[in-house]
Amino acid sequence: MSKKYDIAIIGAGVVGASIARRLSRYKLTVALLEKEVDVSFGTSKANSGIIHAGFHDTPGSLKAELCVRGNTEYDRLADELEFPFERRGELVVAFDEEQQQTLYKLYRNGQQNGVRYMELLGRERTLELEPNLNPDVLGSLYAPTAGIIGPYEYCFALVENAVKNGVELLLSFEVAGIHKTNNFFSVESSDGRSIESSFLVNAAGLCADRIAAMCGMNNFKITPRKGEEYLLDKRVGKLVRRVIFPAPKTNSKGILVIPTIDGPVMIGPTADDIDDKEDFSTTKEGLDRVFAFTSHTVPAIRVSDIITSFAGLRPVPSRNDFIIDKTEVSGFINAAGIQSPGLTASPAIAEKICGIILSCGLRMELNPDFNPKRKAKIRTRTLVENRDYDTLGKLIQSDKNYSKLVCRCENVSEAEIIDAIYRGHTTIDSIKYATRACSGRCQGGFCTSRILQLISEHAGIDILKITKKGPGSELILHRIDKGHQ
Amino acid sequence: MKSVDVLVIGAGAAGLAAAVSLKENSIEDVLVVDRQNFAGGILFQCIHSGFGLHRFGEELTGPEYAQRYIDMAECQNVEMLLSSSVVDIVSKDDIKEVIILSQDSGLVKVKVKAIILAMGCRERNRGNINIPGSRPAGIFTAGLAQKLVNIEGYMPGNEFVIVGSGDIGLIMARRLTLEGAKVKAVLEIQPYPGGLDRNIVQCLDDFDIPLYTSHIVTNICGSRRVESVDVSEITDGRLTPKMKISCDTLLLSVGLIPENELSITAGVSLNAATAGPIVSSDYMTNVPGIFACGNVLHVHDLVDYVSDEASACAKAVSMYLANKLPQDKCIPVHSGNMVRYVVPSTVKPQCDAILKLRPVAPMKNVKIKVVSDRGDVLKSKKLIRAIPSEMITVQLNDVPTGCKSITVYFEI
Ligand SMILES: Cc1cc2nc3c(=O)[nH]c(=O)nc-3n(C[C@H](O)[C@H](O)[C@H](O)COP(=O)(O)OP(=O)(O)OC[C@H]3O[C@@H](n4cnc5c(N)ncnc54)[C@H](O)[C@@H]3O)c2cc1C
Ligand SMILES: Cc1cc2nc3c(=O)[nH]c(=O)nc-3n(C[C@H](O)[C@H](O)[C@H](O)COP(=O)(O)OP(=O)(O)OC[C@H]3O[C@@H](n4cnc5c(N)ncnc54)[C@H](O)[C@@H]3O)c2cc1C
Repeated sequence: MSKKYDIAIIGAGVVGASIARRLSRYKLTVALLEKEVDVSFGTSKANSGIIHAGFHDTPGSLKAELCVRGNTEYDRLADELEFPFERRGELVVAFDEEQQQTLYKLYRNGQQNGVRYMELLGRERTLELEPNLNPDVLGSLYAPTAGIIGPYEYCFALVENAVKNGVELLLSFEVAGIHKTNNFFSVESSDGRSIESSFLVNAAGLCADRIAAMCGMNNFKITPRKGEEYLLDKRVGKLVRRVIFPAPKTNSKGILVIPTIDGPVMIGPTADDIDDKEDFSTTKEGLDRVFAFTSHTVPAIRVSDIITSFAGLRPVPSRNDFIIDKTEVSGFINAAGIQSPGLTASPAIAEKICGIILSCGLRMELNPDFNPKRKAKIRTRTLVENRDYDTLGKLIQSDKNYSKLVCRCENVSEAEIIDAIYRGHTTIDSIKYATRACSGRCQGGFCTSRILQLISEHAGIDILKITKKGPGSELILHRIDKGHQ
Repeated sequence: MKSVDVLVIGAGAAGLAAAVSLKENSIEDVLVVDRQNFAGGILFQCIHSGFGLHRFGEELTGPEYAQRYIDMAECQNVEMLLSSSVVDIVSKDDIKEVIILSQDSGLVKVKVKAIILAMGCRERNRGNINIPGSRPAGIFTAGLAQKLVNIEGYMPGNEFVIVGSGDIGLIMARRLTLEGAKVKAVLEIQPYPGGLDRNIVQCLDDFDIPLYTSHIVTNICGSRRVESVDVSEITDGRLTPKMKISCDTLLLSVGLIPENELSITAGVSLNAATAGPIVSSDYMTNVPGIFACGNVLHVHDLVDYVSDEASACAKAVSMYLANKLPQDKCIPVHSGNMVRYVVPSTVKPQCDAILKLRPVAPMKNVKIKVVSDRGDVLKSKKLIRAIPSEMITVQLNDVPTGCKSITVYFEI
């Protein structure tokens, strides 16, 4: 007999995770279904990590409305869930008269969208704020409410808190078939498991069109739009404090210079429509484009400073706005086509979905035991950066594992890695997202073998079965003493 | 707070030799710290032979070479703090405060008079050379693969392509073949191999492993695990797509970079050409009392030279502690024609110095020349050949007073 839930959410990216956490405030039974071995393994792990102010999107669109609303939620969320977040501000820079005109247009957009505290700045003030910009800059649009965030930590924290408040997370559950009988959806996974639910929320990112099609709806298509991003060595330091945008052209916000919450600067993304939803490759051509652009905006950026790169796919719907609504199949609700600024908008999307479910007549009673707090593990790295050795000393006294540094580039201790493992992150990539081990300049050259041992020891997984990011991505192929098997 | 005269950071070949020499120079109060739970550094995973010919006149494996120094250090009662990482160095006048995270002793603060940086180096990785493509499992640096195979007994793959023909790549090609793997190709971006001749012969030729010079990987394919790589040839600076090689593992052996984290924290300035600290002929960095030797200073091909350098460095430290280091103004040393880098960055008048350098490209029948700004030839040495993988040393005796700079170059 398969288990019954009030609501099942398909997809544990920031959108599904936000919805799950929001629903966990109520006395409801909720299942969060994710096809990958961990959450945040889709578009939510490969983006720019910006909480946008909201002046880019066309006034009147859902994107504009939910972006601006979502933005206002982050101080509270970061406080409750302890993920890294800082309001650094966004700066759109202009280098010629035409671009200056674009700034005015964006400013008016922003005003209509309800973005607060925007300012148009002249050359001097712009350079005062960001001295590493190309001095040819003419002026800028400044939006101080924008922020930067650790996107996967945010998603991990949302899910952790949702699970703590009763949501059931089903990983490696790839929805392969959906049947509606009377008032129930019966949802089957590709490995033969199944669950039932009264409501079904489609937050399947790039695959949301396939999920809708499983319920007989073919009214939208999702096209992947690839964005390549490049991360620079922390040696080049804090080149910029705010997110730097060019004056945008069509279909994207252009190529940005992005301070990341962990220190190093990132450059990108590109925006190219492609066919293959599995194509996460970066290209030489993409690199050249990103680099040519950013080396003009911030001339100090050099190709040799790049330590790693990645590509993310924006789920672009055939109608160019978020698809958030109930459908002709009663109980089936879409949170689909959540392209940029989906990360920013996610709290507002969750709120909207809750409203829709309520309007469909589900009794939603507040759960008096709801605990909004999630505690993050203290990081050795932060204490070392702040030279707070008293706290670190005490921490080591309480947990010896804090003295064992595993990742030397980012000063990640064994205590943090073990903590991540017990929070359910047991692939090399998840450990990286949860702790930053392997994400520094050596990219895992020194610490991978120790992390393998720790996962094996604490999660009880045979070394040969430990993966980078799920089945098929095992790191070790066989033991030497046993030979080929 | 604990205090010591000299703190040596790193117990690899450099740190061990430095500690032993400090004792030989009657510096008693020495502490060696290493983040690993064993001394020996990178040597421990280098189980091939080829170490110690210069230093001991016999061919040892890496662990054997390390053991000799571990024994000497024990003999000299060198104090060692293992499983302990140095995370911070703060200089206040002549005293430095060092923060160590130690498995057995917790957070330790130590006051020291002098520091020897001997942290070794790390490997360059995929991001550093920007190989485009997907990001599957099965991409390893050669050193990580070496550790997995030699120390932990795990095979990271069955069919390999190796990028880079430096010594580590070559040695791994042989090692993996001996373990039953298939090494399909070694690719080298330069028109000549990067490793020592003996390694080309003993590691590739003897096992029929093809070496493609002037070739690079232009794309990595496979979404979960590496499935193949696309390879192009470089001719006259242009890329011509050559072949697709199917493989489950890509090994990167694309160079080493000195481990600079701590050096930067301590305020040490770096040399763009070596990527290690800028030092004078006394091995002292721009921060008085902080010295550097071994791979953290510049990447060495032979461990014997690391040991020599560390001894020389220790000697300078003992003079520093006795206030006997020459105080003269430093004379900058420039890299001239065909010279990739020279260590040290400065020398001192009326002192001796050992210059270590590497050429930009392989050359035959050349003259290495050291001249002063006034045109005096301080040294001239004929070489039958000079190749980037073999470090060249030039001994300078009694650097003349009055010269403002010296330049080292190859006369072709
Ligand atoms: C390069 C790039 C940069 C971006 N930068 C920003 C930014 O700075 N700020 C911002 O606000 N937004 C940004 N975005 C947009 C933002 O990342 C997305 O809007 C957001 O992550 C979408 O979240 P999601 O949960 O809808 O999708 P996803 O994270 O893709 O989640 C969908 C989940 O559904 C799962 N799934 C799919 N099919 C099934 C199935 N059959 N069964 C079970 N599970 C399934 C997937 O595995 C996945 O985990 C950027 C996007 C890209 C690509
Ligand atoms: C694969 C390979 C093959 C080689 N083959 C040969 C050969 O055949 N013949 C030959 O002569 N030479 C060979 N070499 C070169 C030689 O082994 C090295 O040059 C030499 O061992 C480097 O010594 P080191 O002490 O400078 O660095 P390492 O041996 O790397 O030692 C540095 C030590 O510092 C420690 N450390 C770093 N940071 C900290 C910190 N913050 N706190 C505490 N401890 C720290 C590290 O844990 C490490 O133990 C080879 C090198 C490699 C990598």
